[in-house]
Amino acid sequence: MPDYNWPDAEHRTLIGKRISRVDSPIKVSGRAKYTYDYHGANMLFGKILRSPYAKAKIVSIDTSAAEKLPGVKAVEIIQKPGTTAQWAGDEIVAVAAVDESTAEDAVRLIRVNYQPMSYLVSDAEPPAGAGEAAGPMSEDDIDDAISNQVPDAQLAQSLQEYGVAFKVDDDFLNDMKGEGASDAVLAAIRQASYHAAKGGGHSAYQKTAAQTHGDPDKAFAEADVVSEGLYGAPVIVHCCLEPHGSVSEWTDKDHLFTHISTQNVSGIAAQMADPLGVSAANIRVHQDNIGGGFGSKFAADRWDITAARLSKKAGGKPVRIMLERDAELKVAGARPSAYARVKVAAKKDGTITAWQSQSWGTGGPGGGGMPPVPYVFGIPNQHKEHTAIRTNIGPARAWRAPNHPQAAVITMGALDDLAAKLNMDPLDLWLKNLEIAGPRRDVYREELAIAADLMGWKEKWRPRGQNVSGHIARGLGLSIHTWGGRGHESDCDLTIHPDGSVDIKMGTQDLGTGTRTTIVIVAAETLGIPIEAINLYIGDTLYPPSGGSGGSTTPGGVSSSTRRAAVDAREALFAKVAPALNAQPADLECVNSTVRVKGDPRRSLTWKQACSKMGAMPLTARGHNDQLPSKNHPDLTNSGVGGVGMADVEADLETGIVKIKKMVAVQDCGLIIDLKTAESSCYGALAMGISYALFEEKVMDQATGRMLNPNMEFYRLAGLNDIPELVVHMMTGKGYDERGVIGLGEPPVISPGAAIANAVANAIGARVSFLPITPDKVLAALNVTQKAGA
Amino acid sequence: MQDHPLKDEPKEKVDENSGVSRRDFLKISTISAAAVPILGTKVVQAAGEPVKVYGPGKVPVELIVNGQKHALQLKPRVTLLDALRDQLEITGAKRVCDRAECGACTVMIENKAVYACSVLAIEAQGKTITTVEALMQGETLHSIQQAFVDNDASQCGFCTPGFVVAFKAVLDKYPDATPEQIRHGLSGNLCRCGTYHGIHLAIAQTTQKGA
Amino acid sequence: MRSFEYASPTTKEQAVGLLGATWGQAEVLAGGTDLLALMKDDVVHPKRLVNIKQIKEMSGVTAGPQGLRMGALTTLGELADNVNVARDYPALAEAINDAASPQIRNMATLGGNLCQRPRCWYFRGGFGLLPKNESGKDLVTEGENRYHAILGNDGPAKFVSPSSIVPVLIAYGTSIRVIGSKGSRELPLERFYVIPKTAAEREHDLLPNELLAEVIVPPANEMKVAHYEIRQKQAFDWPLAVAAVSLSMNGSTVQSSRVVLGHVAPVPWRSSEAERALMGKSIGEDAAKAAADAALQSATPLSHNAYKVQLAQVAVKRAILKAASGGAA
Repeated sequence: MPDYNWPDAEHRTLIGKRISRVDSPIKVSGRAKYTYDYHGANMLFGKILRSPYAKAKIVSIDTSAAEKLPGVKAVEIIQKPGTTAQWAGDEIVAVAAVDESTAEDAVRLIRVNYQPMSYLVSDAEPPAGAGEAAGPMSEDDIDDAISNQVPDAQLAQSLQEYGVAFKVDDDFLNDMKGEGASDAVLAAIRQASYHAAKGGGHSAYQKTAAQTHGDPDKAFAEADVVSEGLYGAPVIVHCCLEPHGSVSEWTDKDHLFTHISTQNVSGIAAQMADPLGVSAANIRVHQDNIGGGFGSKFAADRWDITAARLSKKAGGKPVRIMLERDAELKVAGARPSAYARVKVAAKKDGTITAWQSQSWGTGGPGGGGMPPVPYVFGIPNQHKEHTAIRTNIGPARAWRAPNHPQAAVITMGALDDLAAKLNMDPLDLWLKNLEIAGPRRDVYREELAIAADLMGWKEKWRPRGQNVSGHIARGLGLSIHTWGGRGHESDCDLTIHPDGSVDIKMGTQDLGTGTRTTIVIVAAETLGIPIEAINLYIGDTLYPPSGGSGGSTTPGGVSSSTRRAAVDAREALFAKVAPALNAQPADLECVNSTVRVKGDPRRSLTWKQACSKMGAMPLTARGHNDQLPSKNHPDLTNSGVGGVGMADVEADLETGIVKIKKMVAVQDCGLIIDLKTAESSCYGALAMGISYALFEEKVMDQATGRMLNPNMEFYRLAGLNDIPELVVHMMTGKGYDERGVIGLGEPPVISPGAAIANAVANAIGARVSFLPITPDKVLAALNVTQKAGA
Repeated sequence: MQDHPLKDEPKEKVDENSGVSRRDFLKISTISAAAVPILGTKVVQAAGEPVKVYGPGKVPVELIVNGQKHALQLKPRVTLLDALRDQLEITGAKRVCDRAECGACTVMIENKAVYACSVLAIEAQGKTITTVEALMQGETLHSIQQAFVDNDASQCGFCTPGFVVAFKAVLDKYPDATPEQIRHGLSGNLCRCGTYHGIHLAIAQTTQKGA
Repeated sequence: MRSFEYASPTTKEQAVGLLGATWGQAEVLAGGTDLLALMKDDVVHPKRLVNIKQIKEMSGVTAGPQGLRMGALTTLGELADNVNVARDYPALAEAINDAASPQIRNMATLGGNLCQRPRCWYFRGGFGLLPKNESGKDLVTEGENRYHAILGNDGPAKFVSPSSIVPVLIAYGTSIRVIGSKGSRELPLERFYVIPKTAAEREHDLLPNELLAEVIVPPANEMKVAHYEIRQKQAFDWPLAVAAVSLSMNGSTVQSSRVVLGHVAPVPWRSSEAERALMGKSIGEDAAKAAADAALQSATPLSHNAYKVQLAQVAVKRAILKAASGGAA
């Protein structure tokens, strides 16, 4: 069998180096085309009428005036009278017209009668005693669990314990498969017992299972120190700069061509087929570039299906529906909130002994799951309860590292307060307890040392509130995190042409994470030719399928399939070339754009000469990576990483304004293909972390049921001047490289929020419980402390 | 103050070419103006002088983009950004917030950075409009663009053209701009992927070269 | 955006003639950065836009013995670059540089900045300038008011005056000239702003067919002026509180002063309490703190914005200290 293994360090010429992103030149020059930039011939513009109410029954819809407006080509009712709109911004009717302003005029002419219903958009702490025990799971509950990436085992256990409240059919199973449900989860759904849902009132507060490990009561009773606190993070949104949306056209009555902004090119057709009544094989999906996804763009959304339906009604003309900015922020995805009252216990020497948490949060209408607390640290004695709040704020979607940043804020905040109570440097507390930090504990030890060095932790750190000069306080904070990241399913076709040109076709997508660069580096390294010599085609269902880009699974998936395809193609080429070099195929190697005999470089052909020996026909090899490691021989990807985040902040004690002075990230991710784009992922995650730590919040108003800041002035994103010195260190070399390739999209974004929250506590000597750390909360925390001290 | 109609209306004269009589206009203006598009231009009297009034239907609009003249027929309500993207298919400037908040649509008008989402196409007539597409010399990237490539200052890339154009506008005004001046000049642009570190490095590279 | 007709007059008189006698008929288009957003959000939907940017005489800055006369169409960018502004009114130059993003400074006009509509999220969300729910309850009081007014909020208006330049202009003693069909009138800038009592009113004293033509800043002479702004982001952001202070000194003590707060009330808020507190004082931390406390003594915060009282106090205190130590220069 050919040797697919990654080349060792001395045989790598490209892998692990800092190589510029291959698609940078088209992006910086405005030539990169995104879905929003696609303009089909005779394209129509779709606009959507949305519910102004957080919850309302649709009584009647009159579209007659809109249909009569000159320029309107199609009207599609998305939710019929009798259905209930579940959040403000929910889609009701769509129109397609010859230009955008006509479509807007038409939407204004549609008359809808609503019967407003009572709603909840607040995720404030549930009143005592509120909440019913979890009943059988609804379709929404399961869908929500899958999209929030609730671990398979946990979801399967819930299904077994509570059953389902509806009759499971193949349609539902297929839908869930499309959403990414694993075989284990699908089996659990199939086997779940059916219980009729409870009738009547349906509480917004649902208690999910309480869990107890060890003997927390005893451990708290015996503890030397117990620290209690309140921690959490609100609902935030993805705010992809390119909004969700697509352009769909029927090239004939049975064939749909969709340009869509998606993280999941290969998975879209199957989702569109059913609702459109056409086979998936008749749907072509295409995307050149995507302007951000962050976990929110896996689905063929309702508006995408609608665009295709409008196109059908308009005789197949392309119909574009790209969401307006306000809709993008209201309906196209949100990260669930998570808050918790935490009690944590330790011995005098800092050994953590017990954890207790009552957490709550909302992921929209489905309620949402419990964040994985305590995070990273497997505290021996635990008791935890979670209340999910069903709200009319719009649906949750996976947001980079689903549930982990919230879990980090809660856990690392509680441990930081514990360290303060123990009069310990938190770095020492973390180091002291690494024994219970799971399989990456030794990595954390190494990383914490490096991070502390890069931050100057030992020189700079002071106990809480003791680094104040005038009205400015400085402080340091830290957090650690973990993630899986095994490579997803991926097929890669690599073709060598007789003229020496090479092309690769793969149905993947590049979210700005460097996927294109990863693929061409692997192929060029394997074939011994420059990366410029590879023509790469991605982003189309005409190419072999590759998984959705989520959960940090893409680098592992695409690098493995590419490596296998390139090795197989190389071997096939060697077989054709060997006679010309009077050698056996096994004796050949590809180096520096030549094919030559190992150990005898004089017996050599240029790459072009070698390829000319193939004859007239190109050769294509298909490489496959399987999600199941046991099916890959050898397995080129891996799972499980650890990382550290540290923050140095400055707080104005009079205004409560926090500025970040420096951030440090230290991260492992197995074998790094391109160091430059890997580091960029971490730099970007630190910036995004600063943004959600200080600024971001989906402000929901219980008075109107609306999101009040669906724009980019009060949904604040960090700007250039909010980002200070960032330091990133990637763990490479022995102990890391040989693990294989692991993705990086999620891990580095987990710790910054927690590290910043802890740094603020260290600076001002008080805990700001909830992100974002805004002046009102900083001043309130200081007032509480001053009163307590007075 | 009484609720009386536009004071110039009684004096309105109809442009010979518009094909819409004053009677039609009054009829239309009492119902939803959006429902019946009126083509062309009319002349009204204001302060005793004739003033042309355009729209609300399509009117001729001529734009000079990257040195090229384009004759279009647009409603007055079309923004410069939408005219560039949907009519001329010049798509480097992106539509993100559409409210003068994010900078993704930044273009230069008369060498000054502006938000194309907040300029009407009809008011940009006769002015020099420069988009990101004009920065390359043949196949060679502008030094700002090269600095973005070298320092990996784009990820998804959707905000990148806006940053590049805003950067160019600063250097056009201050050829020896300091890093602080450039940072100030980029404070009207936002990135979601968090490419700011790369942008800081690109600023450093550009100002070192310029020195 | 709804449809509208568009005119681009070349004289002030034409422009006035093209405007409507009631709000809702026509709007003045200058920089467009605020108006077009309001139109896209369907908060205003004029039947006609009158683009006044072709009126050459309304643009540009002239310096003279009476001070600075700035045409309303002068862009913020042009003002920031103006040598007279930078030299003689450094606190104004600083406020302009802090206001808005570079792109907006290149587009937005001084007149537009003075006439911009509030950023209140209920107003922008289509609930009106004095937002009420269906049962007549005040939405701001009931709802999310973290950015709303803490002063002058006893009437139905709870929004905050949005300009971060106006406070420092008032501190310099600025007046404006307005023209209408009956000619022109001049008034102090602080009298231009009014707190609307009904939904039919606007937040300034401009008739629907009047134009703000000119902004006149008297000579600053020996006056010490400073502007201080508290905002969350270091990149451009709407301030949470703004203070502008001008001090006329008699030796080491304050002879007279103007203390003006922004983003705390439905109008730019001139604090006579703070001005009285400063009278005759020599400026130090204590005097500044006392004046700041006086400025906010009548504050009536809403359910979620008590923190703004402290922010406004700090802004006033820091502006006073900054002015006393030489201002923005």
